[in-house]
Amino acid sequence: MKKLLAMLLSCSLILALAAGCSGTGSGGSAATPAPSDNGGDRPDPGSKIVRIGVFEPATGDSGAGGKQEMLGMQYANKVTPTVEIGGEVYNVELVYADNGSDPAKAPTAASDLVSKDVSLVLGSYGSGVSMAGGPVFNEAGLSAIGVTCTNPGVTAGNDYYFRICFLDPFQGTVLANFATEKFSAQKAYLLGELGNEYDQGLISYFEQAFSGTVVKDSFPTNTSDFTTFLNKAVSEKADVIFCPVSIAYSTQIVKQAASLGIDIPILGSDTLDSNMVLEAASGSNVQLYVSTFYQEGGSPDFDNGIKEWINSDSTAKTNNGGNDTIAAVTAMGFDSYYVALEAIKSAGSTDPAAVKAALSGVTYTGVSGAIAFDDTGDAIRDTAYIKTADTANNVWTLETVQTVG
Amino acid sequence: MQYAISILLSGVSLGGQYALIAIGYTMVYGILRLINFAHGDVFMVAGLMMVYLSASISPLAALPLVVILTALLGFVIERAAYKPLRSAPRMSVMISAIGVSYLLQNLATYVTGGLPQMYPDLPFLSKSVNILGAPTKWVTVVTPFLVVILVIALTQLIHHTKIGMAMRAVAKDFETSQLMGIKINSVISITFIIGSLLAGLGSALYFTNYQSIVPLSGALPGLRAFVAAVFGGIGSIPGAVVGAFLIGISETIIKGSSWSVFSDAFTFALLIVILVVKPTGLFGEKVTDKV
Amino acid sequence: MLQKQNNKRGAWIALLCVAALLILVMVLENTIKPTHMLFTVLKKGAVYALVACSMNLLNGFTGLFSLGQAGFMLVGAYTYAILTIPVADRDAVYYLYNGSALKFSLPDLFGGANSPVGLILGVLIALVLAGCMSALIAWLIGLPVLRLKSDYLAIATLGFGEIVRSVLQWDKLGPVTNGANALKNFPTFSSFNIKNASGEVIFRLSAFVPFLLAAVCIGIIVLLINSSYGRAFKAIREDEVAAEAMGINLAQHKRLSFCISSFFAGVGGGMFAMFANQAQAKTFTTAMTYEFLLIVVIGGIGSISGSCIASFLYVAASEWWLRFLDSETYLFNGTFKVPFLRTGFRMVVFSIIIMIVVLFFRRGIMGDKELFDLFRPRKPKQMAKAGDHNG
Repeated sequence: MKKLLAMLLSCSLILALAAGCSGTGSGGSAATPAPSDNGGDRPDPGSKIVRIGVFEPATGDSGAGGKQEMLGMQYANKVTPTVEIGGEVYNVELVYADNGSDPAKAPTAASDLVSKDVSLVLGSYGSGVSMAGGPVFNEAGLSAIGVTCTNPGVTAGNDYYFRICFLDPFQGTVLANFATEKFSAQKAYLLGELGNEYDQGLISYFEQAFSGTVVKDSFPTNTSDFTTFLNKAVSEKADVIFCPVSIAYSTQIVKQAASLGIDIPILGSDTLDSNMVLEAASGSNVQLYVSTFYQEGGSPDFDNGIKEWINSDSTAKTNNGGNDTIAAVTAMGFDSYYVALEAIKSAGSTDPAAVKAALSGVTYTGVSGAIAFDDTGDAIRDTAYIKTADTANNVWTLETVQTVG
Repeated sequence: MQYAISILLSGVSLGGQYALIAIGYTMVYGILRLINFAHGDVFMVAGLMMVYLSASISPLAALPLVVILTALLGFVIERAAYKPLRSAPRMSVMISAIGVSYLLQNLATYVTGGLPQMYPDLPFLSKSVNILGAPTKWVTVVTPFLVVILVIALTQLIHHTKIGMAMRAVAKDFETSQLMGIKINSVISITFIIGSLLAGLGSALYFTNYQSIVPLSGALPGLRAFVAAVFGGIGSIPGAVVGAFLIGISETIIKGSSWSVFSDAFTFALLIVILVVKPTGLFGEKVTDKV
Repeated sequence: MLQKQNNKRGAWIALLCVAALLILVMVLENTIKPTHMLFTVLKKGAVYALVACSMNLLNGFTGLFSLGQAGFMLVGAYTYAILTIPVADRDAVYYLYNGSALKFSLPDLFGGANSPVGLILGVLIALVLAGCMSALIAWLIGLPVLRLKSDYLAIATLGFGEIVRSVLQWDKLGPVTNGANALKNFPTFSSFNIKNASGEVIFRLSAFVPFLLAAVCIGIIVLLINSSYGRAFKAIREDEVAAEAMGINLAQHKRLSFCISSFFAGVGGGMFAMFANQAQAKTFTTAMTYEFLLIVVIGGIGSISGSCIASFLYVAASEWWLRFLDSETYLFNGTFKVPFLRTGFRMVVFSIIIMIVVLFFRRGIMGDKELFDLFRPRKPKQMAKAGDHNG
């Protein structure tokens, strides 16, 4: 009996190997991710298909942000489901791979995309996973467009990684300047997740640009008690709290700050620009300021269109945290899709190498502003929006637009 | 001063919440000699159930329902995953426990779609209060008292009722008590039910304080509560409670110091030291291995 | 006499099979599209097989229930990474700490990571040192911890893993460990692909290399298990008191098994860093140890070939075959949405499969037999297998 079982299993292993040999992507084609609700306006399904990989976290502590970023791409895909390459109309298909917000899972998720014959990849939300997946794309000769991964390490030393957002040294400087200008801050309390490259990077850039003194703290992954840290900030008499942490933690920090009645302004990075954080702050006295890529109202057409879509699609609404406030990452996801289409168009082919070659020359003016790439593949951007949470009305209001020369 | 009080307050309330989880560990270990790795995840599932139930009924009505459902979950887990392995080596049962923990976490990820869930506000408990100038929630104040009351009730149950006697007998000697006519399966089930009940209550207190629930929310509190149980002497309920308070307070003190990076490491270092120096913990009984 | 001849023949067959497998991997890699998911699975599977075998040596053969595997892998991964990041890249990697405190790298000492000699020597020495570092730390930890019994040992080693993780993330060690940030830019499996002058890959070895490394290490583990030490380990597993009465030095043998297991876990950690293209303390969690534990159980506690087969099945199932469960699928031209399929379903199905194996196939795929035992002529009287209840 045991013998039989063992034989069966070894056979299945060998069969699996054999399946791998028989032609390309027999394993990959099993999954056919369909775009959500494809309406009647699509051209006949017989036409050709170009695949764009979506390398985003759908689970883990960046899952919420990843989903909002994907919303932008899905909406863009709904608005513009086709692209014309060399006179032929191609259907654009989004292929998803969940990197689980975990650098250990990212390389396999990236390989999964690579094996599914995508022309280029969008993502990811969160710099750590992008850096973990980067070498896989690099090796496969597949270009990737980082949407909101702001750490410099994503594109540095990787020819195939591009990005359309600003970088952390810029963001850290903006926020440090803002803290000094607005609050005349002399002392800042910096809090980040231990082992999260995004958090730690921003904290050190903030520290470098900040003129006053700082107190730094790190909490281990899966922490849920932040009251001690917040109390520490109070007892240290910090003028501002800077916590560039992922959504899962920032909602808790804001909630706990609200219940402790903390009146020190909380500064956050682009990750905090989420309606879930806003929800957590609503009705309290927390002063919350975030730097971000896009302010609602920047492009009314886009705002109205996507709101209508989110309200009509229950899955989309759940993924957006149950309401229709538009996160900046959604706008960025929307833009990234069009940058990808531009690259495919100017490459005139779906071949990853051609797309890569074309990508560095792409310029595009999206809802979040003009996008062009420099030599390392970073977007040339010098503007950050600083928003504050209007806790009474549960909306973000624009505080100021910051630039650094 | 205000800072010291606020640290102490969060330490005590955290300790109380760990205590409620630690009791579950210590009772199960006392009887089955099994580290129930899934216990922390049962705690997390209790929190999630509250989130989903309170969407349709009021939190006050949902709370007892959640506690009962959690107890049921503990019962089902024991019957499905541990009972079939009763005669298997201890390691197999422990692996099964790890499997259940894995399953619960993945189920939670699937159901929530990986999004953090917000625990509802409970009336009264979520209200803010000032203790000697340190702002906090009522739940912080209530927790230690509730824990003490529950522990007294539990020790009464164990020392002065028939089922309590049966539990002690099973913990002392599994096979002999079976021969004496004790229905060990029902005793074990009751142990799991009590443990899960307390975890359900603990989750209400814990998540009222720290409102966001992710699938891994139960993992760390679970491990720390287990350390507390070992610290106090595994198998001893008062030991688990004392251990939990000590762990909770020392954890918040370290977080408040400039060594906050090591707050988890400290808990585990303490565990190793205790295991090496006094494996029976503070209140544990000495057992000699028979050859 | 006959027994011995049988054993010898078995060893030859085993060696031949391994060689055939290695050649098969090499041929596959150069004939199929290199981006195929198969190769990711093969690479990760090889690494996992090595770590699972090292865990099996400890848990299955010596009967020491340790959950510190991820901690030892972490030590190995960091040692490997710190020793092999090229000097030229150090400033970029350690950008928060203004460069690394270590001003040398092993491949650079032998002529740089681009020359074959520098690459092979540098990587090999770094991997061996990674193993030694793990073994050294295991020795230190083992002094107090190995006195503990079964689940207490498990918990203590689990705690050890957590401690290592936070120490390596400590800011003050930043110039060496890069703090909480990832270490990267070191030689990976793909560095072993043979390139021509213009940088195009002409012969791929990126899946062959991990296979070779894992095969050699697992070979050493098998030799060890079949030696007198291995028999002593098994005696300890069956009954500590009886083993001691037979004259086996318990403390010494336990420590030996613990250190050797950690050595290979360290090497496996280095290889995992090579697979993942980066080393970051955050990823070596307790959950990772559980993965290996489940692999060992699925493969059969006390069976090396079982652990190997289970590693590949586990990795392939979780990363490849079941991935379609994660994406919403429409059948019949988009009219029928397959129920339940959405993000996270893969892991639910996967954990249910694991629970079924744990509950109903308690002895795993192979039990405590090896693959080659199955092809041997059945002896008229099988030795009664005792000791299943003492684990």
